[in-house]
Amino acid sequence: MQAPMVVDGTSIGGDEQQRGVTLAPCPGDERPGAGSEKRLLRYAMMPHMLCPGCGHGIVFEAMLRVLAERYETLDTVAFVAGIGCSSRVVGYVDACTLHTTHGRPLTFATGLKLARPELDVVVVTGDGDGLSIGGNHLIHAARRNIDLTCVLFNNEIYGMTGGQLAPTTITGAYTSTSPAGNHERPFDAAKLVEAAGATFVARAQSYRTQVFEDIFARALDHKGFSFVEVMTDCTEYFGRTNRLGNGADLLFSQARAEQAIETDLAERPTLTPVPPKAVRPVMEMGVLHESRRPTLEEAMGLTGEQR
Amino acid sequence: MAERQLVQGNEACARAALAAGCSFFAGYPISPSSEIAELLARELPGRGGVFIQMEDEIASMGAVLGGSLGGRRAMTATSGPGFTLMQEHLGYASLAEIPCVVVDVMRGGPSTGLPTSPSQGDVMQARWGSHGDRATIALAPGNVAEVYTLTVEAFRLAEALRTPVAVLYDEVIGHMREGVQLPAPTAAQLGRRTGPIAPPSPDFLPYQANKAGVAMVPDFGRGYRFHVTGLMHDERGYPMSDHAQVAALLERLERKVAAAVPAVPPERYRLDDADVVVLAYGIVARTARAAVDTLREQGVRAGLLRTRLLWPLPVASVTEALSGASLAVVAEMNRGQWAFEVQRLAGGHVEVSPYLKAGGSVITAEELVEHVLFATREGVGA
Ligand SMILES: Cc1ncc(C[n+]2csc(CCOP(=O)(O)OP(=O)(O)O)c2C)c(N)n1
Ligand code: SF4
Ligand SMILES: [Mg+2]
Repeated sequence: MQAPMVVDGTSIGGDEQQRGVTLAPCPGDERPGAGSEKRLLRYAMMPHMLCPGCGHGIVFEAMLRVLAERYETLDTVAFVAGIGCSSRVVGYVDACTLHTTHGRPLTFATGLKLARPELDVVVVTGDGDGLSIGGNHLIHAARRNIDLTCVLFNNEIYGMTGGQLAPTTITGAYTSTSPAGNHERPFDAAKLVEAAGATFVARAQSYRTQVFEDIFARALDHKGFSFVEVMTDCTEYFGRTNRLGNGADLLFSQARAEQAIETDLAERPTLTPVPPKAVRPVMEMGVLHESRRPTLEEAMGLTGEQR
Repeated sequence: MAERQLVQGNEACARAALAAGCSFFAGYPISPSSEIAELLARELPGRGGVFIQMEDEIASMGAVLGGSLGGRRAMTATSGPGFTLMQEHLGYASLAEIPCVVVDVMRGGPSTGLPTSPSQGDVMQARWGSHGDRATIALAPGNVAEVYTLTVEAFRLAEALRTPVAVLYDEVIGHMREGVQLPAPTAAQLGRRTGPIAPPSPDFLPYQANKAGVAMVPDFGRGYRFHVTGLMHDERGYPMSDHAQVAALLERLERKVAAAVPAVPPERYRLDDADVVVLAYGIVARTARAAVDTLREQGVRAGLLRTRLLWPLPVASVTEALSGASLAVVAEMNRGQWAFEVQRLAGGHVEVSPYLKAGGSVITAEELVEHVLFATREGVGA
């Protein structure tokens, strides 16, 4: 067995420390209308291409639950995505769905939103898609404060192409193109996007879908560029290459790395104390920034226009 | 009758876009095309249009495609380096069948090259710049009036055939001023976007083609819910990788752009009895015309085929022009691009002697006459 590697003073690569988290029963099941999000699925596109345990699927389902509460059908909602496992999820929702090129969904979404401001436009992107090849577009969309909701699925790796290094990969972590461990420092996407001018910035986890749902709902309500980074897990590559266990183990590792902003994450899971072996560096979760300034469409005088 | 006015080439292009109903422009500044963006930045907002300067040309092209899917007639304008950055999205637009117009005011390349000098160096980039076997349409106006009419035509073709249409002209045409009339296009010249005929339903097929081989894709937000992708797709728009279906899709996309050939016929000048055929386009065709007149005065039976369509290759008009000739001279401002296509079509039956100039200045009538006289003495006469 490979020796655990050291990340920020803690270790990554063990497998015994993953358990010990007591979870409240999944709240979604008790709510009225639970399961009704399935009507928004595009069954003809199934079977889907996600691996078992992939965090993207968990987040996608949570997104659908929020949408099902707000929309009867998604005729006036467009989903725009780039290229990657994360980006592929838009194909499975029965809306106007646009699967664009690698890194560029925000550019298509910008054009679509300006052309048709009355449409609700949601962008789904990956950490490679949105922060590496598409990083320039991300900061400019944030700067413009165009009224888009951008959800970045951060699995800290390139899943679709077989587990290569991403600009979000934790320092020291193994990927197929960082066989000696990552020498680089990962992006803090939320800080980057806030600095660029986004008016709603949040971070959530696939581990706590209820919190993600609340945040996603707020992001949809927000007028202006809203950015939600959601930590997901690539079981197939990130998990396996770094010996982090299966999908459930990875979720628990997220739990350990969470530093809640209490106002947003009222319901804390009870963590049984374990030695300080956080798999991931501790990160702030919740709504990290919220402000209001004119959106690009407002500044251009396009709002309210019905063509 | 439209009044006569002194208009710059790039201005004619922007005014054609407005006349053609363009209501969306996204672009990134680059010489020698920037006047198009500047004029549209002034004009579009007051007419319910959208103008946005994006962060680069990749983004510009992405925004154009998003705007077009939103139902607007959309365009961008650029020059060589920007055209290069747009290539991936041009491939996307071809495959996903999203209408758009891209103007490339050509300057000297490769790389930053000669930013404000004329060139015809992007002819092959327009054809093969994007990966894969992309079917392309590229128009080549030869004067300011034609910049106007062919830009209008570019929108008609793009919307009807649901494909990107490139308009290629060089820096000299872009910046020169000529006295022209800019008549409002007729309804037929404007054309209309190919869209769905079936109402929204669960079985609706957004990528079902009409008789012309054009997918009848709806705009977003008009009651249809459907998927658009740059992956190979079936009639539902869903990803597929069936080899026979992929081959059929590529074949259809190529077949549909052939409609541009009869729509944009060439100009034939003194060709009927021509022994020496000069083939040229854009700014070079103007000096080539003068060269033909001079050659005729000197007893050489010369004629000019001025193509206004670079792609798809107008095979019939080229082979017809070559059929009675003993020498073909392709004159272009590059190291030989369209000339190779003519050589291919000549197939060894007609001698082809290209006259190529890639230094940043226009081919003059004098040097072309000299080249033809030399070639006839050396080649045909010998
Ligand atoms: C221009 C271009 N470069 C590279 C690729 C190959 N590619 C496809 S997906 C991908 C990475 C996706 O990573 P991410 O956005 O993190 O998505 P994930 O699969 O991890 O969800 C890459 C590099 C591509 N499709 N296009
Ligand atoms: S490769 Fe990774 S990111 Fe892609 S579907 Fe599988 S688990 Fe998910
Ligand atoms: Mg990723």
